[in-house]
Amino acid sequence: MIDGLIMIVLILIKLGVIFAVIMTMAAYLVLAERKILARMQLRHGPNRVGPFGMMQPLADVIKLLTKEDFLPDRADKWLFLLAPGMAAVTAILTFAVVPFGPPLQVFGHELPLVVIDLNVGVLYFLGLSSLAVYGVALGGWASNSKYSLLGGIRGLAQLISYELSMGLALVPVVMLARSFSLTDIVLAQQAAPFILVNPLAFLIFLVSVVAESKRTPFDMPEAENELVGGFHTEYSGMRFGLFFVGEYINLVILSSMVTVFFLGGWLGPLLPGVIWFGVKVLALCFFFIWVRGSLPRLRYDQLMHFGWKILLPLALLNVLLTGAVLLWSRT
Amino acid sequence: MEAMLFYLVALVSVISAFFVTKCRNPINSALCLVTTFLCLAVFYVMLQAPFMAAIQIMVYAGAIMVLIIFVIMLLNIGSVGKSRYTHGVAGAIVLSFLSFIVAAKFIAGGTVSKAVGDISAEVVQSYGHTELIGKAMFTEFLLPFEIASILLLVAIVGAVILSKRKV
Amino acid sequence: MLENYLPVLVLIGIAVAFAVGSVVMSGLIGMKKPSAVKLAPYECGMPLVGSARERFSVKFYIIAMLFILFDIEAVFLYPWAVMFKRLGMFGFVEMGVFIAILLVGFIYVWKKGALEWE
Repeated sequence: MIDGLIMIVLILIKLGVIFAVIMTMAAYLVLAERKILARMQLRHGPNRVGPFGMMQPLADVIKLLTKEDFLPDRADKWLFLLAPGMAAVTAILTFAVVPFGPPLQVFGHELPLVVIDLNVGVLYFLGLSSLAVYGVALGGWASNSKYSLLGGIRGLAQLISYELSMGLALVPVVMLARSFSLTDIVLAQQAAPFILVNPLAFLIFLVSVVAESKRTPFDMPEAENELVGGFHTEYSGMRFGLFFVGEYINLVILSSMVTVFFLGGWLGPLLPGVIWFGVKVLALCFFFIWVRGSLPRLRYDQLMHFGWKILLPLALLNVLLTGAVLLWSRT
Repeated sequence: MEAMLFYLVALVSVISAFFVTKCRNPINSALCLVTTFLCLAVFYVMLQAPFMAAIQIMVYAGAIMVLIIFVIMLLNIGSVGKSRYTHGVAGAIVLSFLSFIVAAKFIAGGTVSKAVGDISAEVVQSYGHTELIGKAMFTEFLLPFEIASILLLVAIVGAVILSKRKV
Repeated sequence: MLENYLPVLVLIGIAVAFAVGSVVMSGLIGMKKPSAVKLAPYECGMPLVGSARERFSVKFYIIAMLFILFDIEAVFLYPWAVMFKRLGMFGFVEMGVFIAILLVGFIYVWKKGALEWE
């Protein structure tokens, strides 16, 4: 009984810490993005609120909370309410399967540093990312505004197109690790991270991840200089905030997924696993910000062309290639 | 605990299935159907079939419903008026009642309740659900699997012909 | 066995509470001064033209249909991938045939121009 209680308390503490860390990371990622982009464009970025602008995320939250949160008169009320929630909830839930460190020993209990080590973890991730499209699609449709609708439809088509290549890029990973569990996949990279074993799958996955996060150069769904703000044009206050937070949580999660699948997760010499994991995730986040600072937006036809005519066949061929190499190396 | 969860999820799935037919706005109907699919996924998890649960979400909730929502947006179907009573409704009620009796008879008679073959819950636990499906599909049920690819090919051709008039 | 999934349920609870809580908070704290112009859909300040419930290009529909088909193909690939080492050469040839048949379909789609965005 006492054991069970300790276990439950530990799980609750773990969930609380994870939630707090994700939220803080998402908030400070916004600041980091603004700072780094500013530096890349020879500006200073936010530097007024607190030392070096460190309190800016707090100020943003207060601003979003006190803004008027209105409902456009033509909008579909319930869907309009539901869409941002969908976006934020699916993003947070995805983190459940991410192992961010080796198991800890606490009070004689083994505490795995993952919310749940599902034996279908990869599929859980893909399933949730396929549910995440509803936030964009419904948000765009429910607003009943032309910009939103265009953004929503573009977003829907883009997300499903790149989901295909994202899913197919993970097939070689599963073949190498022989498991869907993310913990097993990390442990299978003890000899060499999969980025070295299968660099093509890594590239396909990385590009698809940037497209899935709806960031430049794939930010057509919210292209601000043609669609104003895309699917979230009509959103204000904290409901816009939920879309925004969801997007940055998503960025953290997708970075963690790249880390787990290809960069060896928490594995690394000398430093503790959690730190290695954090360093890798932050490096990837920096990479995504860097990409945003460097690349122009694609045209929509280029985007679809790239996803369907290049990434998809490449991912399929890579599956066969990996299979052939695996068979050849065994005999 | 497990039974309670089952009844809760079953209740949600039946209610949302009811609202699929009851909602006047097709998008709301579609979302109710998504809820039903998510409930089914929970059932699969409870039956120790996590792979089926994942497929249920990925293919049904994540792909097929996306197509349906696309169609609703594409055809710009607005809300329909209040549905009127017709003989079709009465027929549907009678038919569904009859099929319920047939299903109840099969389940109570034990025809479908017993698992066939040497796959027990313990085997699934130790060997892994996905692995078992993979093993069965790629050895025993090889032909149906390859036929599935031809089916998909036909569907691809059909999709292109349907949507591109001037081919 | 269901106890294993308990943390996910708790996480769902936290996530939903966060989403609902922040919107409710914003509704309580935020100001409320709606006006007809403010509630109208944004069209760069110009008077509204037409409705947003317009039909759009059939190409998106093709993309969604092709997505379902290739998604199902991917679903077949997952159990195969996890069993790959144990299925060996036999499994590889099987999947080779499967993918080859679907590549034929893919080339057909390509040649028919269903992937073009003219």
